[in-house]
Amino acid sequence: MQQIAIVGYQQSDCVSWAGATNEVELIMPVLRRVFDQVGLANAQDVDFVCSGSCDYLQGAAFAFVAGVDALGAVPPIKESHVEMDAAWALYESMLKIRMGHAKSALIYGFGKSSPGELPIVLSQQLDPYYLAPQWVDTISLAAMQARLMLDQGLITERDMAEVVARSRGNALNNPHAQLSGDIAVDELLAQETYVSPLRKSDCPPVSDGASAVIICTVEQAIEWGVPYAIISGIDHRIESHNLAMRDLTDSVSTRQAAQGAGMADGSVDVAELYAPFSHQEIILTRALGLGENTQVNPSGGVLAGNLMMASGLSRIGELFNRITSGEARRGIAHATSGPCLQHNLVTVVESA
Amino acid sequence: MSEEREMITGIEAPIYLQYKFTAGSAPARFLSQVKKGVLTGQRCPGCQNVYCPPRGSCAACGLPTEEEVVLSDKATVQSFTIVAIPIPNNPIQPPYIIANLVPDGSNISFIHLMSECVNEEVHIGQRVQALWKPEEEWDYAMDNIRYFKPIDEPDVPVDRIGTMPVTGWEG
Amino acid sequence: MANLAAVVGIGQTKYTTKRGDVSIAGLVREAAANALEDAGLGWDDIEAVIIGKAPDMFEGVIMPEIYLTDALGCNGKPMLRVHTAGSVGGSTALVAASHVQSGTFKRVLTVAFEKQSESNAMWALSTPQPFSVHLNAGAGGYFAPIIREYMRRSEAPYDVGIKVAVKDRLHGARNPLAHLQKPDITLQEVEESFMLWDPLRFLEACPSSDGACAMVIASEDLAEQSPKPPAWIRGVAMRSEPTMYAGREEVSPQAGRDCAADVYQQAGITDPRRDLDCAEVYVPFSWYEPMWLENLGFAAEGEGWKLTMEGATSLDEGGDIPWNPSGGVLCSNPIGASGMIRFAEAARQVRGDAGAHQVEGAKLALGHAYGGGAQFFSMWVVGSEKS
Repeated sequence: MQQIAIVGYQQSDCVSWAGATNEVELIMPVLRRVFDQVGLANAQDVDFVCSGSCDYLQGAAFAFVAGVDALGAVPPIKESHVEMDAAWALYESMLKIRMGHAKSALIYGFGKSSPGELPIVLSQQLDPYYLAPQWVDTISLAAMQARLMLDQGLITERDMAEVVARSRGNALNNPHAQLSGDIAVDELLAQETYVSPLRKSDCPPVSDGASAVIICTVEQAIEWGVPYAIISGIDHRIESHNLAMRDLTDSVSTRQAAQGAGMADGSVDVAELYAPFSHQEIILTRALGLGENTQVNPSGGVLAGNLMMASGLSRIGELFNRITSGEARRGIAHATSGPCLQHNLVTVVESA
Repeated sequence: MSEEREMITGIEAPIYLQYKFTAGSAPARFLSQVKKGVLTGQRCPGCQNVYCPPRGSCAACGLPTEEEVVLSDKATVQSFTIVAIPIPNNPIQPPYIIANLVPDGSNISFIHLMSECVNEEVHIGQRVQALWKPEEEWDYAMDNIRYFKPIDEPDVPVDRIGTMPVTGWEG
Repeated sequence: MANLAAVVGIGQTKYTTKRGDVSIAGLVREAAANALEDAGLGWDDIEAVIIGKAPDMFEGVIMPEIYLTDALGCNGKPMLRVHTAGSVGGSTALVAASHVQSGTFKRVLTVAFEKQSESNAMWALSTPQPFSVHLNAGAGGYFAPIIREYMRRSEAPYDVGIKVAVKDRLHGARNPLAHLQKPDITLQEVEESFMLWDPLRFLEACPSSDGACAMVIASEDLAEQSPKPPAWIRGVAMRSEPTMYAGREEVSPQAGRDCAADVYQQAGITDPRRDLDCAEVYVPFSWYEPMWLENLGFAAEGEGWKLTMEGATSLDEGGDIPWNPSGGVLCSNPIGASGMIRFAEAARQVRGDAGAHQVEGAKLALGHAYGGGAQFFSMWVVGSEKS
C-alpha cells in the first residue's frame, strides 16, 4: 500500500466555551497556522479538502457549509465532508491520494459543543424507535459499561483514577489542554460520584475548538521540504449498535482495525487513544495488547480536552508531533464514534 | 382483539433540544449596529469587497473581515421572487416579495422582504430603501427592518449591481 | 492511476410520500438487498459500506450509520458516512468508488436514503438566525430569484419550465419506481398549477419523498465475473465553492463548470451532447434543466432552453440527448438519495437495464448531483465499455 506522509498538524486550545466565536471564526486561525507550518498560502495549494463535523453539536443544519467559508475556495476546490470525526475525513482523503486524484489533502475537524447539552444531544445517536425516545445520555451508557467492568473485577476505581491522574499530569505539557494538573489518585477517589460509578473526572470535558492536518505523498513532502511522518496503515471497523449483543468490556472492532492497519508489524512506542472515559482507556489498552513499552496518551488524551468531531484527527496529529520531534519512532492513533466505543479507527504512524 | 386493531406503523417521538446560540464575533458586531438602526458591512483585507451581513470571513479569500464600513439603508434589487406561501407568525400576507438586495456600499446581497410596491412592477435593478420598525422595537436582529420599499431613483444597470462603491446612485 | 471500478448491482425502493410499512433501517436494507440481488451477491461478499444522507435533522437521528450498522450487515466492517448537502447521494457514490479505485477494497456497498415523512425538512432547515430575516421560504424561495435572473439573461420564453415539468413527468410515467405518476399531464395543467415562488409553479417543483438507493461497486476482475453487465466508472469529479461571496456567478456556478470539465476530460468527452447518450441530472426545479444544460456544456450560454424546447432532452420526442429518462428529481425526491439515484440511473442506462425508460443503445451516461446554494457538485460518467 502506498505510503502517505503527514506534514502538518495544528489544534486550537480546547476551551469550555468559545464565546461569541462562530464556526468559521473557530476554523480560520487553525487553518492559517497549519498552512504556515507547511509553507502554503491557502486551500488552493492542496489538491483535496475533507472535513468532519456534526450539525447537532451547534444545532443548525448544514453547519459544515460554514467551514467552506474558511477555505478561500475561489476558484472552486475538490472538497468533501463526513458527518463523523475528522479522522474519517483523513481516511477518505487517503483513498483520494491512493487513487491518484490528489497528491495532497487538508483535513480539518471542528466542534462547538458548548451551545447544547452534549451528552443529551448525543442520546439522539441511538436507535430512533427504541432507544432515543428514552433519552439515554452517553455518560449513563458509559457508566453502565464501567459498572460491568467493576462488577466483573476487571478494573478497580483506583485503576480508573490512575488513568485520570496520568492524563492530567501529561496534559501539563500540552498547551492546548483544557484540564491539566498534578492530582493524586487518592484526591480523585475522594471526589463524589457523578453518574455512578463515574466521577466527573472520569468523563471528558465539553470543549469547543478545531484541528487540522495536512497529508500528502512522500514525494510531495520531500518537494515541500518539511519534516514528515509516514502513515503506514489505517483501518476502521464498526460493530453492532445493539449494546446487549456486544461484550462491552472489550473492543473487538478496535482490535480488528489495529490488525487491518498492521499495528503488530512493529513496536508501538506511543499510543494516542480516543478514550472519552477513563475506563475506556483501559478497555482499549487491553484490546490492543499494549504493554509497558507503550506510552499512552502523552498529550493527556481527550480527558484533558475533547473536541468532538476533531479529537480523533487530533490523536493522529499528536502522534505526528511525537514522531517528528524524535520522541517516538512508531505509534498508533485511535479514534472512536458512537456509544461505548461502537466504531473505531486505528492509524499506524512511523518516522520517515 | 388484536387482529382488529390497526397495525402500528409509527410512534410520536418529539425531540426537544436547547441551544445557546451565538452568532459569531463578526455577526455580533454587525447586530450591535443593527440594534442602533445602522447597517454595516465588513471589508475583506484581500479582495477589498464589502460583506453585509458579515459572517466572519470573506468566503472567496478565506480571510477574516475586520474593517467595519457603515452602509446606507438604500439598496438595489439583484433579483426577487413572488411568494404565495404565508410566513408563520408574520403579518405579511401572500403574495409578497422576497428579494436579493445589495445595500449601497456592499458587494453582496442579502435576502429580505419588499413591500409598499406593485408586485408586477418589481424588477431587477430597482432602487429600494429600508423601512425600519419603531425604534423602541429594535433588537439584535435583521427583523428591525420590516421590509424594503421602492424609492424614486433611476434603476442601476444590471452589470453594475454589487460592484459600485455607491452611496446614492444618481444615474 | 486509479484502478478500474464498475457498478455491478443496483437496488432502489419504490419512491413515495410515506413508507409507513418500514423503519429507516428497513428502508435502507430494502435498497441494499435489492442491489445485492441484482449483483448476485450476499452480505458476506461486501467488504465495506459507505452511506450518505442529507442533514441528520431531516429524520432527527444523529450520525445514523451508528444505528444502521446492523441493518446493513456492517458488523466487523468499515462504515463511512458522507454528508455534502444535496449533492450527498452523488458524493457518497464517489467516495464508495474511491474505496475500490484506490485498490484498497475489491467490493463495497453504498447506500443513500431519506425518510422525509419521519420529520419536517422545512422546519429542520429553518432554525432562526438573527443576522438574516426569518422567512421560512424553503429552497424554492432561494432558487427562484436565481431562475429569474437566468430568464432575464437568456431571454427564454416563460414556458420553458412548464415544458421540462411535463417532459420529466412523462419520463417518470415509464419508471414504476418514480414517486409522481402523471402519465396524462399537460402543459396547461402545469401552467395553471399554483404559483408558489414566482416564476416557479407547484408542478415545476420536486415532491418530498421517502426512499433509498444502493449500489455495489467492484474492482475490474470481480466486475468481469459479474452475472449482469457492469457499468464501468469512466470519470469521477467533485467541486465546491462558498455559498456567498462578492461577485459569485449564481446562475452558472464556476464549481459546476469546473466539475464537468474535469469529469469529461477523464472520460475523453469533448462534446457532451454528441459524446454522451443520456444524462441523469439533478433538476429539482424545472428551470434548472436549461440552466444545467449550459453549465454542463450541452449548450452555449443562453441557449440551453432551446434544446429543451426542441425536444432534444425528451425520450418521447425522440431527442438526441435525453435528460432524466427516469423522471428525475421532479418525480422522486428522497433528498439524500436523489443524487445517488441520478448516478444509479445513469449506470442502469449503460447496462441496458432501464426498462421502459431505457435510452436505446446507451453506452455512455452522465450522473450529476448538486447541493447547498448550488455550490457542491459531484458527477460521474459511466460506460458500457472500459474505455
